[in-house]
Amino acid sequence: MVSLKVNGTTHTVDVDDDTPLLWAIRDNLGLTGTKFGCGVAQCGACTVFIDGQALRSCVTPVSAVGTSEITTIEGLTGKEADAVQAAWTARDVPQCGYCQSGQVMSAIALLKENRKPTDRDIDLAMNGNICRCATYVRIRAAIHDAARALEI
Amino acid sequence: MTAHDPKLSRRSLLAGAGALVIGFHLPRGAKAQSGAGAAYRPGGNATFAPNAFIRVAPDSTVTVLIKHIEMGQGPFTGLATLAAEEMDAAWSQMRAEHAPADVKLYANLALGVQGTGGSTAIANSWEQMRKAGAAARAMLVQAAADSWKVPAAEIKVEEGVISHASGRKGSFGEFAEAASKLTVPENPPLKPASAYKLIGKDGATKRLDSPDKSCGKAQFTIDIHAPNMLTVVVARSPRFGGKVASFDAAEALKVKGVVDVKSIGYGVAVYANGMWPALKGREALKVTWDDSAAEKRGSPELIAEYRKLVRQPGTVAGSHGDAEAVLAKADKVIEAEFVFPYLAHAPMEPLDGYIEWDGQTAHARFGSQFQTTEHQTIATILGLPPEKVTLQTMFAGGSFGRRAQVSQHLAAELATVAKTIGPNRPVKVVWTREDDLTGGYYRPLFVHRFRGAVKDGKIAAWSSTLVGQSFFLGTPFEAMVVKNGIDATSVEGANEIFYEVADFRCEVHNPKVGVPTLWWRSVGHTHTGYAVECFVDELLQAAGQDAVQGRLALMGDKHPRAAGVLKAVADLAGWKGPGPVDGRARGVAVVESFGSFVAQIAEVSMGPEGEPKVHKVWCAVDCGVAVNPDIIRAQVEGGIGFGLGHALYGQITLDGGRPVQTNFHEYRSLRIHEMPEVEVTIIASTEKPSGVGEPGVPPIGPAVANALAALGHGRPRQLPMQGGSV
Repeated sequence: MVSLKVNGTTHTVDVDDDTPLLWAIRDNLGLTGTKFGCGVAQCGACTVFIDGQALRSCVTPVSAVGTSEITTIEGLTGKEADAVQAAWTARDVPQCGYCQSGQVMSAIALLKENRKPTDRDIDLAMNGNICRCATYVRIRAAIHDAARALEI
Repeated sequence: MTAHDPKLSRRSLLAGAGALVIGFHLPRGAKAQSGAGAAYRPGGNATFAPNAFIRVAPDSTVTVLIKHIEMGQGPFTGLATLAAEEMDAAWSQMRAEHAPADVKLYANLALGVQGTGGSTAIANSWEQMRKAGAAARAMLVQAAADSWKVPAAEIKVEEGVISHASGRKGSFGEFAEAASKLTVPENPPLKPASAYKLIGKDGATKRLDSPDKSCGKAQFTIDIHAPNMLTVVVARSPRFGGKVASFDAAEALKVKGVVDVKSIGYGVAVYANGMWPALKGREALKVTWDDSAAEKRGSPELIAEYRKLVRQPGTVAGSHGDAEAVLAKADKVIEAEFVFPYLAHAPMEPLDGYIEWDGQTAHARFGSQFQTTEHQTIATILGLPPEKVTLQTMFAGGSFGRRAQVSQHLAAELATVAKTIGPNRPVKVVWTREDDLTGGYYRPLFVHRFRGAVKDGKIAAWSSTLVGQSFFLGTPFEAMVVKNGIDATSVEGANEIFYEVADFRCEVHNPKVGVPTLWWRSVGHTHTGYAVECFVDELLQAAGQDAVQGRLALMGDKHPRAAGVLKAVADLAGWKGPGPVDGRARGVAVVESFGSFVAQIAEVSMGPEGEPKVHKVWCAVDCGVAVNPDIIRAQVEGGIGFGLGHALYGQITLDGGRPVQTNFHEYRSLRIHEMPEVEVTIIASTEKPSGVGEPGVPPIGPAVANALAALGHGRPRQLPMQGGSV
């Protein structure tokens, strides 16, 4: 049995200690917005916030999480999240959409740290998130849009 | 009994459906059912269902049942746009949902079966969806006319509001039930293009799936969870064509959460309560494989064999004049040999599927790209009549061809896994990234050999030979695709070119290799586009011609659309030759695929580590009437990124028959810092719309190669240009 605090609620899940947080979130808590893409921290589809840090849940065992606060895309709140998701929709960033939860999480983490990211900042913050549809042009534009919206 | 059953009274259907829906073309899945999938109700509780596609609810929302899978290319939005245009609906009231599998109602008119591929979604739906919308509009208008006692011709519809000069107004929802009682017009008139408010109008239609896909709510197959459901992973042979000799499941069965382990012939299925126990169970499994019939050749051996074969006479796929005679007499023959690796599609969501089966009925849910054949495959394996099987198409996290399965292997695996564990155990089969990349069904490895001669500044002869596997020979699709021994998908783009060369020849060999292969976004053009556009550029260079003007001269006046995009992209980029200027050179390429014409100019420099850096891509596209301009731009942007990533980095290599690359650390995928800036212009056209999902892909590789030649690095003869590992 492992105790996990996800999106503000503490849950007890009956999984082995080595279970990646990704599968506990998806299969045990039924929060499916966080996606599986590679299982080896190469694609970023599984990105969640652990105590505010954007991390890959597919390689984070539940035993390593302890009492940390986990936020998934379902639990997002705050102006950065609102700005990013509004920009994503306005730009029609998604195509297949499967990687976009992870993209959105990484973009929010970037804007929380850096309110006015340059293209280079965006490259550094987002290059762990693969989009096989290659929606990168719009991801970049939407992050700039969101940054502008946050200035107001 | 189906919805088409003439004995079926409307009353009984209404009672059966539990909602006020009319019987005309009502899809089977909307009927009340018992057994598996009982809750599956495409279109929900609409009150007005004038045809197989349109559902109007009392709240005036219009749900369009989309016969094509939404895997990113935008058919939800595109087909809804066509219907909404003719309904004069407001875009905000439009919704989209996948249609159920039903070939009578939802066949792709370009294929004859329900399925998506060949960039045909908009092209084949162009009239059908507009007529569906026009019929719905006519009936709503008539219902309003009857209610207001005014002539229908005096009624206007604007942005979903039905109105009359007398001041009366109403919504679609208000007249939905009355409209459902009227006769469906057979040939409702369609708007002239000049009256369009949505089609071709920038900003008028936003993607219907963006909001849910931006907040994690969109449901993919992998997201399905159901009571009592088992998650299944399958251990498959490390070599293609291997099968299970024996296995020991003792350790696997000790893993907490593993429920059962069963052989399914070519593999061993691990059934578990959740993905992690399934993976741990598979890890603990001991399988001995029978490799006796497996393919054991590696990529180096195959390439060596293909290089020999490419010098042998093949099957003639295109010929005019006498290229061999001209080449034999030429002062100088220019030769180029190209090698293209196996490529994986690697959609972000690896293959997966869900099925519930109670022994009498079955309900499958997955990203089905060929619904008709997959529906049949599932019914056959489960021994059920087709009408006892429903198939619900889910959003797919990409496909790029991977889900368009000629072999039906995923549907077959899904049904087999369910049958093997027995009824009343819903199963979800999930492939991992390793399963995906090592699982075959690749873009085939190809070797091309080109020979050409230049005389007096002109191309005097052109001869090409292509060697690569056909993924159709020996399949049920063979009759459809293979004509006179030529698999068109092997040679498309190479056996007919839009450059006028008097003496021309194209030959092909389709060797048998035990590696499963499949079409991959833009199919034959993935390699022919590269080879042809590199070779013509090389010949033009030898002839002292400009890459743009030389191509235009070779096209003459017979290829106005190809010439049109080439001129447009040259204007857009301000083409003044390839350069280089300040270390950056430009390359051009133009390819027709799936009825659409795309020209691209890439600006490239060489990085310090010898890795090409693509700074900017200009692109002109002619896909006929541009239904959703922003989706066209998005597809072209994405196609450029997809094509570029594979041209630079993508390869699956085989070592003794075993795939070497297992995950994204070895199968390098384009990342955001490698994505060029993209500028797209869409050619205004009144031609019928053609595809846009694939045609953005082929020109980018050769455009980059031609820029590299201008930088003095030559055109890469073997892809990928850079190599795989991160």
